[in-house]
Amino acid sequence: MTDTQINSYRNGPDEDGRFGIYGGRFVAETLMPLINELAKAYDEAKADPAYKALMDDFLTHYVGRPSPLYHAERLSEHLGGAKVYFKRDELNHTGAHKINNVLGQILLAKRMGKTRIIAETGAGQHGVATATACARFGLECIIFMGAVDVERQKPNVFRMKLLGAKIIPVTSGSSTLKDAMNEALRDWVTNVENTFYCIGTAAGPHPYPQMVREFQCVIGNEVREQMLAREGRLPDSLIAAIGGGSNAIGLFHPFLDDPGIEIFGVEAAGRGLETGEHAASMTGGAPGVLHGNRTYLLMDEDGQIDEAHSISAGLDYPGVGPEHSWLKDTGRVKYISATDDEALAAFQLCCQLEGIIPALEPSHALAKVIELAPQYDNNHLMVMNMCGRGDKDIFTVAEHLGVTL
Amino acid sequence: MSTQTRIDKRFAALKAEGRAALVTFLTAGDPDLETSLEIVKGLPAAGADVIELGMPFSDPMADGPAIQASSQRALKAGHNMSKTLEMVRQFRQSDDETPIVLMGYYNPVYIYGSERFIKDARQAGVDGLIIVDLPPEEDEEFCIPAMQGGLNFIRLATPTTDDERLPIVLTNTSGFLYYVSVLGITGTRAPDTTDVAAAVKRIKEHTDIPVSVGFGVRTAEQAEAIAATADGVVAGSVFVDAVSANLDNKPAAIRAVHELTKNLASGVRKAAKN
Repeated sequence: MTDTQINSYRNGPDEDGRFGIYGGRFVAETLMPLINELAKAYDEAKADPAYKALMDDFLTHYVGRPSPLYHAERLSEHLGGAKVYFKRDELNHTGAHKINNVLGQILLAKRMGKTRIIAETGAGQHGVATATACARFGLECIIFMGAVDVERQKPNVFRMKLLGAKIIPVTSGSSTLKDAMNEALRDWVTNVENTFYCIGTAAGPHPYPQMVREFQCVIGNEVREQMLAREGRLPDSLIAAIGGGSNAIGLFHPFLDDPGIEIFGVEAAGRGLETGEHAASMTGGAPGVLHGNRTYLLMDEDGQIDEAHSISAGLDYPGVGPEHSWLKDTGRVKYISATDDEALAAFQLCCQLEGIIPALEPSHALAKVIELAPQYDNNHLMVMNMCGRGDKDIFTVAEHLGVTL
Repeated sequence: MSTQTRIDKRFAALKAEGRAALVTFLTAGDPDLETSLEIVKGLPAAGADVIELGMPFSDPMADGPAIQASSQRALKAGHNMSKTLEMVRQFRQSDDETPIVLMGYYNPVYIYGSERFIKDARQAGVDGLIIVDLPPEEDEEFCIPAMQGGLNFIRLATPTTDDERLPIVLTNTSGFLYYVSVLGITGTRAPDTTDVAAAVKRIKEHTDIPVSVGFGVRTAEQAEAIAATADGVVAGSVFVDAVSANLDNKPAAIRAVHELTKNLASGVRKAAKN
């Protein structure tokens, strides 16, 4: 792939759901007809103006889009370099970018006549967004969540319950996000008739990576318009945190074919890449096959999946969306990483200088803004995706700072 | 296939005998390599006609709690792909006829190296493969090279595989077709034998290759009922449960699996007389 001239970075996936060697449909036979049905239903929905109109209406009046593009003036001054903008997706209803995707999938599920929605969640943000949309549209909602995460994300667990969702704590494997995804897949093969699997990130079998990306591209499309209106030109660099990578691909994708724009994805380096306790599957992993797609994974030499580690439960996953794997290999996007400690420091700086409590996920991107911004002059326009708010993280942060609440 | 594998020969011989095959599944290396090998070595004498060995994987998405736990036990005991192949090699020293099928998920195979795996599996004495997460849509990836390498590629069909899809599933299937009799994961629901009979009949309208039926088979009576219509009966979780119930007494685990095998084999053989 890297040897040949690429005309566009925006044409993937191909008809087999591949981005280069990545992606695909690595699922059990029971699920294959369902995935094909989903792909067909999604294509039909995309071609239906009524579906798009309904989606746009809910994005405007329920989610609160467009989200602002905010000039983080004090942070920019403090760093002394690039002019830093935040894309404020933390201001969306439910407090993160997750709702953009959930809304698209839930409206699709309604069209398909599905009555039962299942989803996996790590930090609980995707679970909360899914429970929210299910409440709004009167659908049964079952959320699979690793037992470890249920314990460390109690406020979100309670939120989901208030919204009427049933939470199933998953105790198999390492009891975290990857196991929640396994359990959701097990549920899906058991309840194929009435159930829609609402995947939370741009990963999984085709068509999920493409579908989730297209729902999240609202972020990048808005940035494009807003920056043109604001500065009369496109940004010079983009930066976003990567767990599965849905907020990042949503910001990046509309700009992939603008050659002058530098793009950075920030993975979670946990306690440090050298410790082995991290969630940086592209920086520290290798290509493998899990959860329906080929992508970079953290695993041992026998192909057994390793546990990931990050202070941010939302980045605590041993894989990444397949399109990111391809963008890494082609070199179009630079993937770097930030440690738990760097993210914590960035979290606090943002609170102090901008009056914004960021989620720990975008705090990883912010940590690299702090590093990169001073390397540019003040004509450089840098956009960071503030993909979630930090209210959910204050307990984790307090614990790390040695504060008892 | 130009040459017959042990699987082809075994199903042909049983067809001539007028009975179905008993296909037994166990996870390789569960609870440890030595015990697992002893269990497998005794299976043919206890009445197993085809042996399926699970290649342990950390994230078995299509398996129920029993087989998930067996994978974890094997991995904890230090099992890996090379040891699974070594088990087959050792088994072949005393048995050159009983077919062996390796079953599992693609990642450990992919990381071992697909070409290297096909070559090493063949040399060790493996006859067929079931890779749960490689549907026909991914045939170029591994199924076709495996068949060219002389291994049967056994595909799963499920109640969601309709008449339109069945020919796609059958295209590159060899050895036998594994019909998953229930929607869901391994070992959790019992099959409805009336539905099974109808499904086998439907599949047989599309193919001449043998059809084995599994998922949820636990008793001699179920085995007998399925053997009356299918060419093979697959049982797995019931054996894995017998291992997990005897973790503190390994000789008892070995005996328990072999007793269960005899029991299910008697069910399969009874059906032939009907």
